[in-house]
Amino acid sequence: MRWLYQLYTVCALNLRNLKGRLDSSVVAVIGFTGVVMVFVAVFAIREGFDDTMRETGSPDVAIVMRGGAGAEVNSVLSVNDAKQVAGAPGITATAGGPLVSDELLVQLSMPKADTGLDANVPFRGVDANAFLVHGKVHIVAGRNFQPGLNEVIVGLRASHEYRGFSLGSTLHSGPYQWAIVGIFDDGGVYSSEVWGDLTIMQAAYRRGSSLESVYAKLTSPDAFQAFKDYLTTNPQLTVSVERETDFYAEQSKNMSSFITGAGTFIAFLMGIGAIFGAINTMYNSVSSRAAEIATLRALGFGRSPVLLSVLVEGMLLGLVGGVIGGALAYVLFNGIETSTLGTNFAQVAFSFRVTPELLTRGTVYALLMGLVGGLLPALRAVRMPIASSLRQL
Amino acid sequence: MKYLPLIWANLMRRKARTLFTVLSVFIAFMLYAVLGAVNQAFTGGVQLAGADRLVVMNRIGLINSMPINYADRIAKVPGVADVTWQEWVGAYFQDPRQPITGFGVDASSFLEVHQDMHLPPEQSQAWLVDKAGVIIGPVLAKRYGWKVGDHIPLRSNIWRDKQGNSTWDVNIDGIYGGGQEDLLLMHYKYLDDTRAFRNNQVGMFLLKIADPEHAGTIAEQVDGMFANSDAETKTSTEKAFLQSFAAMLGNIGKIVVGIVSAVLFSMLLVTGNTMAQSIRERVSEMAVLKALGFSRRGVALMVLAESLLVTVIGGVLGFAFGAMFAGAIGSKLPFLQGFHTPASSAALAVLLMASLGLLAGLLPATQAMRLQVAAALRRA
Repeated sequence: MRWLYQLYTVCALNLRNLKGRLDSSVVAVIGFTGVVMVFVAVFAIREGFDDTMRETGSPDVAIVMRGGAGAEVNSVLSVNDAKQVAGAPGITATAGGPLVSDELLVQLSMPKADTGLDANVPFRGVDANAFLVHGKVHIVAGRNFQPGLNEVIVGLRASHEYRGFSLGSTLHSGPYQWAIVGIFDDGGVYSSEVWGDLTIMQAAYRRGSSLESVYAKLTSPDAFQAFKDYLTTNPQLTVSVERETDFYAEQSKNMSSFITGAGTFIAFLMGIGAIFGAINTMYNSVSSRAAEIATLRALGFGRSPVLLSVLVEGMLLGLVGGVIGGALAYVLFNGIETSTLGTNFAQVAFSFRVTPELLTRGTVYALLMGLVGGLLPALRAVRMPIASSLRQL
Repeated sequence: MKYLPLIWANLMRRKARTLFTVLSVFIAFMLYAVLGAVNQAFTGGVQLAGADRLVVMNRIGLINSMPINYADRIAKVPGVADVTWQEWVGAYFQDPRQPITGFGVDASSFLEVHQDMHLPPEQSQAWLVDKAGVIIGPVLAKRYGWKVGDHIPLRSNIWRDKQGNSTWDVNIDGIYGGGQEDLLLMHYKYLDDTRAFRNNQVGMFLLKIADPEHAGTIAEQVDGMFANSDAETKTSTEKAFLQSFAAMLGNIGKIVVGIVSAVLFSMLLVTGNTMAQSIRERVSEMAVLKALGFSRRGVALMVLAESLLVTVIGGVLGFAFGAMFAGAIGSKLPFLQGFHTPASSAALAVLLMASLGLLAGLLPATQAMRLQVAAALRRA
């Protein structure tokens, strides 16, 4: 009890005097702020990218591509392949037959809105089934394209990323003109694409009747294994079959681990730098409190409350820096749209996502930095000789 | 110079404080060097672009092809010195998740256009006559331990041969130096003769032009020639082409600059704060120096020199360590080629160290300069 009382007194005294050391405390706080801001911002990129990949597709949809293709852009399937796929077990049946979506993927080279430099936009040829298989895709503005016409719909994210991707304007690609009649969204990867009519696109891009991929809507997520086994053991086919959700989760792995590695490295190094700065601040604080500490010790206060008071001061500075840094990262970065090279050699757009969990981790990290930064100065505080410190008064 | 011992003594009076300040500057510049390498890895290709090279691709996009007979028509455009072409192989070795930047090329015209790549003459001759020969860059040689004379089953995630296989057995005939260091180059003819589809088509033409000044007109002429055909073209300088490629990865440069600014700003405050503390403690000494006849400027310069010394020691060591670290891990990163700290980073680092030291010391130096000798001595 007595110990707690001492701790409370020393800490209260310390914090009350913090005002006098404001300038150097502010420096330590700014150091922590910088680290937490960078930490949260870098990991917000990963959260945003992962989130976009996770939101893509559903577990009861399977992608069929040519074996070993790895990405749709490398794949070629014939009409015959597509027929075999449609005959596989486990596909949802409708009045119009099994629910499969035959798809073609072309890349368009289009200028980005921010830099004006060309980037690859995936241009997907689909038929009406696509909107039943990709259930998350919905029109958010305008209308769907009409089969048989040179009309396209563009993804919501793509419409932000590229020049001239607005409702009512026309896409020029080689000798072809595509009228943008609608904007769609799925909350995932497809939102970075442009969709048009499969048959028209096969003719325009001279693909004959060939396809890149077939998406099948299964009766349930559990039907996947039987569906896959049927196709991969079929001697007439060399295809790879993947669950749509797994396929996109896999795509995000490289990027995720790169950001995790780089982000941890940067945050760790910056953290060490900030700790060194904090150590200076705390040494300064301890030496300016020398007389105060010596007086308390002479009055009978123990070593540990004094030690803890320094650590509490360090952690308080960390907490303030952490909260400010997190808040700044949220205000400055949350929701910012950006894009990178994703699957199919094309752009995937996503937004920075500052999550509550990230903010918590940033603050905990700042507290830890404050604690470590206060350690050496705290030891000095308890080792200061009482008599000589008092003489300085 | 003769004041150096005095400046040094001042720094050493609080060893711990000086040490931690130097260390925070060290960390800042280490991070700077490593981030410089990251930036280099993402944009470095752009610096390899030849000003006298133009890239011709299908106007629709990079994965669409053009007929190979375009080469003859392009070669006739006035101002075009050489034409070569390349086709993406989609190559990998064993692990499909570790792609190799492989192209099918026309060997003799490729070497003609890429004068920045060097291949020993005997290797070059061996490659030219070996149908299934490839040459590789030093990065691949190191990553897979390949040597000249090795036979490699190279796989493609795009092409199939006429029997439906995706493996091409190739011989390593040479290891080139210079240029982009992670390429695998096989004969286009070998790929095209054996593959089952998209025959006589290529993904890209590369032109060498006699005079870079005429790049614009030549590009217009080439694109005009194929306008309204099945495969319209888009011609740009190699630099512009690589820039748009780098930009597709995302704006790494901007992120790096943001982080470095945040780090350096924090360091500025830390160093400035330390300097200010140190000067505050030494007010009476400053006054004594002034009373002894040191000029106002002399005292101020000494403070600045002290601050500069801290940032330069920490900065040089940190940068050197960071650059070494980047070099060491660079070869272990499979998908980031050219991961090293560029020389231009070093020049900027020196500038940053100097400005950091000067800015951090500015306020304390002004204080030292304005110090009233009599008042300061009385306080002491």
